[in-house]
Amino acid sequence: MSEKFDQTLDCSGLNCPMPILKTKKAVDGMQVGQVLKMIATDPGSVPDINAWTNKTGHELLSHEQDGDKYIFYVKKTK
Amino acid sequence: MTENTASRMAIIAAHGTLDAAYPPLIVGTTAAALEMEVAIFFTFYGLEMLKKGKIDKLQVAPIANPAMPMPVPNIIGMLPGMTAMATMMMNNMMKKDNVSKLSELLDAALEMNIRLIACQMTMGVMGVKKEDLIDGIEVGGAATFVEFASHNAIALAF
Repeated sequence: MSEKFDQTLDCSGLNCPMPILKTKKAVDGMQVGQVLKMIATDPGSVPDINAWTNKTGHELLSHEQDGDKYIFYVKKTK
Repeated sequence: MTENTASRMAIIAAHGTLDAAYPPLIVGTTAAALEMEVAIFFTFYGLEMLKKGKIDKLQVAPIANPAMPMPVPNIIGMLPGMTAMATMMMNNMMKKDNVSKLSELLDAALEMNIRLIACQMTMGVMGVKKEDLIDGIEVGGAATFVEFASHNAIALAF
């Protein structure tokens, strides 16, 4: 399953808290309704992206795993 | 998002060692990324984190630290050079695991408009001047921090 997206952010190799900080910065620069594809290798990013979307209200459309990569599709909601 | 959740985080950073400097910056920048308002109050040795050019030179001491990845008996840990060695080991481990440098987290904190408050009283006690500290911070007392925290902040001390 893959989503349509407007922008890609590669956080491969980065460790906590950088994937979240960079995701926040990327989403800040996007338009409401746009989708960010974020790629991370930190396994902690799976619970952390969920926590981040829960708190901020942005929407995690889906996430998938490809080898050692975790891929998230985040929709900017506000 | 309708439930009443905290929207502020108030953090005290009171230590100036490599290992102790990470948690306030990691938790603080993460709270800012979660759209919380954040203030960090740097007091006592925590002031070291705000000194110009200092943050990436903080050290970790093996003495009286049985949790080191390779524990060093105190009688060895007290020898000259052991703190530098332990610091180098820790920095190498961090680098290998691609953990951000402290300066990167501090820059992120500034960029995310986290209030970085240097404690006026400990600056006086330790002879630290405003010009010794990085730009973009404020100098204040406990009341400045407590007033910020009093607005339903989660408060943490490191």
